[in-house]
Amino acid sequence: MGAQKKRAAAAAAAARVSEDPDDLARQPLQAILLADSFTTKFRPITLERPKVLLPLVNVPMINYTLAWLEAAGVAEVFVFCCAHSKQVIDYLENSEWFSQPNFTVKTIESHNIISAGDALRLIYEQNVIHGDFVLISGDTVSNMSLTQALQEHKERKKKDNNAVMTMIIKKSKPSPITRQSRLGTDELFMAIDPNTKQLLYYEDKADHSKGTICLDKMLLAENPSISLHNDKQDCYIDICSPEVLSLFTDNFDYQHLRRHFVKGLLLDDIMGYKIFTHEIHSSYAARIDNYRSYDIVSKDIIQRWTYPYVPDVKFCGNRATKLERRGMYRALEIEQSRSAQVGSFTVIGYGTKIGSNSKISDSVIGEGCTIGSNVLIEGSYIWDNVIIEDGCELRHVIVCDGVIMKAGAVLKPGVVLSFKVVIGERFVVPAYSKVSLLQQPTVHDSDEELEYADNSSGTVEFSSIQGTADQSNGEMTSESSEAHKPKLGTGGVGYIWSICEGGQEEEWRHSVAPIPEDKLTELSEAMDDDQELVTQDRTALSTSGELISDSNASEGDDNEDSKDDSVYFEKEVEATFLRAVEENVKVDHVILEVNSLRLSYNMTSADCAGAVFYSMMKLAIKTPHSSASELQQNTANIITTWQKLLKSYLLEIDEEIEIILKFEEMCLESAKEFSPLFARILHILYDKDILQEDAILRWADEKEGADESDKVFVRQSEKFIQWLREASEEED
Amino acid sequence: MDFQVVVLAGGTSKKLVPLVSKEVPKALLPVANRPVLSYVLEQLELSNIKDLIVVVEGADAALCVGGWISAAYVDRLHVEVATVPEDVGTAGALRAIAHHLTAKDVLVVSGDLVSDVPPGAVTAAHRRHDAVVTAMICSVPVSGLSEAGSSGAKDKTKKPGRYNIIGMDPTKQFLLHIATGAELEKDTRIRKSILRAVGQMDIRADLMDAHMYAFNRSVLQEVLDQKDKFQSLKQDVLPYLVRSQLKSEILINGAPQGQQAKENGNDKVIGEANHLSGYNFSAQNNIIHPSAELGSKTTVGPHCMLGEGSQMGDKCSVKRSVIGRHCRIGSNVKVVNSVVMNHVTIGDGCSIQGSVICSNAQLQERVALKDCQVGLGYVVSAGCEYKGESLARKEK
Repeated sequence: MGAQKKRAAAAAAAARVSEDPDDLARQPLQAILLADSFTTKFRPITLERPKVLLPLVNVPMINYTLAWLEAAGVAEVFVFCCAHSKQVIDYLENSEWFSQPNFTVKTIESHNIISAGDALRLIYEQNVIHGDFVLISGDTVSNMSLTQALQEHKERKKKDNNAVMTMIIKKSKPSPITRQSRLGTDELFMAIDPNTKQLLYYEDKADHSKGTICLDKMLLAENPSISLHNDKQDCYIDICSPEVLSLFTDNFDYQHLRRHFVKGLLLDDIMGYKIFTHEIHSSYAARIDNYRSYDIVSKDIIQRWTYPYVPDVKFCGNRATKLERRGMYRALEIEQSRSAQVGSFTVIGYGTKIGSNSKISDSVIGEGCTIGSNVLIEGSYIWDNVIIEDGCELRHVIVCDGVIMKAGAVLKPGVVLSFKVVIGERFVVPAYSKVSLLQQPTVHDSDEELEYADNSSGTVEFSSIQGTADQSNGEMTSESSEAHKPKLGTGGVGYIWSICEGGQEEEWRHSVAPIPEDKLTELSEAMDDDQELVTQDRTALSTSGELISDSNASEGDDNEDSKDDSVYFEKEVEATFLRAVEENVKVDHVILEVNSLRLSYNMTSADCAGAVFYSMMKLAIKTPHSSASELQQNTANIITTWQKLLKSYLLEIDEEIEIILKFEEMCLESAKEFSPLFARILHILYDKDILQEDAILRWADEKEGADESDKVFVRQSEKFIQWLREASEEED
Repeated sequence: MDFQVVVLAGGTSKKLVPLVSKEVPKALLPVANRPVLSYVLEQLELSNIKDLIVVVEGADAALCVGGWISAAYVDRLHVEVATVPEDVGTAGALRAIAHHLTAKDVLVVSGDLVSDVPPGAVTAAHRRHDAVVTAMICSVPVSGLSEAGSSGAKDKTKKPGRYNIIGMDPTKQFLLHIATGAELEKDTRIRKSILRAVGQMDIRADLMDAHMYAFNRSVLQEVLDQKDKFQSLKQDVLPYLVRSQLKSEILINGAPQGQQAKENGNDKVIGEANHLSGYNFSAQNNIIHPSAELGSKTTVGPHCMLGEGSQMGDKCSVKRSVIGRHCRIGSNVKVVNSVVMNHVTIGDGCSIQGSVICSNAQLQERVALKDCQVGLGYVVSAGCEYKGESLARKEK
């Protein structure tokens, strides 16, 4: 069977050569395979074994990826290993991948890398990529043909040098209720130009934007038509031009491929780099991102969507397995009791024994497992050498190598048992728990966190990982200290990891277990609330003039924007100023910061003067004071300290008048406490040379013709103005 | 057919001064020698819709329009002319005549629409989907609107280019998003819940709303009652309905509890992308009325129209223009890209480019006009040259 497949691959390769001989002859296709996902979603299992070596339908995941790359015509693969790199390298060295003709696998190892971005920067330094390459992570299963996507990519690249990347996408309509795709990934919004397939907008959960998507007006100005998609799934297979690597090097803050790199390119309109998409329709591509996608992809493999990468085709030295009726795959040397019932869509590995009256359905059983009698296994993934004693029940769980379940133990849906855990007799493991021999490190709030780059081979020493955990976290969760006494029943070995707070809510989303009914109803109710919230939001916001108005506030729309800007600007200046006061920032630096704000909001220096003055007065009023005179004193102090800042914006008399007007406005509205002090503070400002007499006199003149109500403060400072007038006359 | 048809004929639009005046309200403005309203009425007549309500703003205008309709369509249509105060807006006009509306659905057509899409297509789509509102959407005319003065009913304040931002589902049946007016200048915000429901939304900036709507009457009246600030159908009511779809039971609260689920599924707004010939009506070939008289060496180019009884002197040239009935045009006159309405007298040696000359106007010898509008009965004295101006008589 293996030979058969090889022939097919060779034929495919030959066909490709004849189609596009120059391209292939010139540049063998390269690929970068990241053998580390830089996430913690598969913990606790990934503390002991790297994710790419976890068995997926009894074959380590990386084999699916490598087999696909080989068939897709890739000539050279660089496997980037980080967490448990030694295990990955050992595995590859002993596998057949190193001895394939026309297919080279090279490993690149690093231990201090914490993100995909770092990995690509390192690869760039090594200068091994010479042309277009496929960027993929080692947990991707696909059977698509790259020919078309690659050709499109190359043609685009010829026409437009800025087309640096082609992303593979696939249709997958997320459920409107759970807001996630079948694979358990969070909902994704993309805007794509329907004609050129250019990616214009990419939003995943990390953006936290609320109920609306905001498309920049420039997008629509440039493209008369845009398709917004919620029904596509990102396959995480990218065809990249070599520029991608240098882009990562140029932007050393890019870490995450999507969150930073893709969004960075989309937002950056200076360089004008473009990302395109290629949608696949009939072929398969999916990435195993979490336990749910592990479950779904396993089922897809069993149901042969991923052909030729299915258990009964030898694509990477997997053991011979026979496909029987109703989607049952059986390896050799299985001992099965006559009374055992093995249901449809089940895979049973080599040398597994199944006792009498046991029922197994929709599950994958690894090699060398021993299953007692009267055991019930449903929708579960049992890896190698697991011993399940009589009367156990397992529903929708993952059980790793070497686990022993004593008689009568029960695993509720969503449980994950890591390596060599022992579950005591009749012990019931609660739903969604994760059990490991290792204690749980304190969970950091971000899922961004990396897997420990532990390079000790094989099973990690317990103490060493504890040490790492201790070092990095300084403390252990209270749960785990309690967990020193075994909580897994008599004879049980292992710790139940506590589910971090807030995570509990999310746990069911990514679990192998199907989403429970009550969650679904809960969610659909929540969604209705959500919609109402959105409506309320809109009205609430529109009154404050931020969002598009809900129709009843449609008037006055036009000036909202400019008003908005000045409000934001004022707030920013105030924040800058307060920080400067708190942290004793030098005046020059504050001036610089305010100047940069002025430029970015496109304000005049009069606006700056107004805003700075406003912040100063705000500060004065916030400083505790008991009487008006104290307030005046505070104000005088602040003005003295910060006069340089204020003066730097008072270039012309207009700005000074702006300050007086601003002050007037404050006295009337936001800071009425100042109103009795108006004249006196005006005097202080005059004394400090902030306001010149011309400005004050002109202000008074301007107010001459105003309403009575407007003249309150002119009246108040009449004496002062009078005095100024006389003084100036005397000078004359 | 349980449809009531309302034609919003407008009044004397300020935007079109000096082309419109008290004597010639917008509805009667000739487009290719026929009052613009006649296009709508005839299209409706073709669809066998004979009962209709024509809403006119202002009493004087209503009198004119009513008089013209009863003269022109006396046996053919049963038209009720309703008068509403000026400046109430399209939504206001509907609110004012709400008591006339009794049918299940209402077809609202703008009186200045020139289209070859039968209204039946819109009403059928409306019924087929049991929609709350169906709007006819057409692609933005590729050219024509940018050249000034070539069309009588053109809305001159609009910038050429973008009119609406319209979001539709991939089948182009459901209108999911519409932005008009000032919203065009802002970033487009799209509700995720709508996107979740359809999966894919195509956003187009090259379509425009053609001002032909079929409304569910009860919903329309509810919206008009509740939102008394709504002025315009196009800018307020339609965007509001589009925004509030898929959660109709909250906002359009007329539906009894039991019907909510059904209402939810059906309350979608339907868009139809159809070709529309646009305001800029141009006859394919030149149409010269048999009774028109042409002098020697006078040429009339393609895409021209010459009305009945018009006379032209020698050595004239007419290109891409429309000339109305009983005009007297002297010798050596050039008319390019212009509209000349009825009973206009043009003296010898005039040159008219990109201009609109209203009825009864008089151009004396050697007048040169470029991109001008000449109002009703205005007399341009000999030898004058104008460029980009509006000329009209002083209101008495």
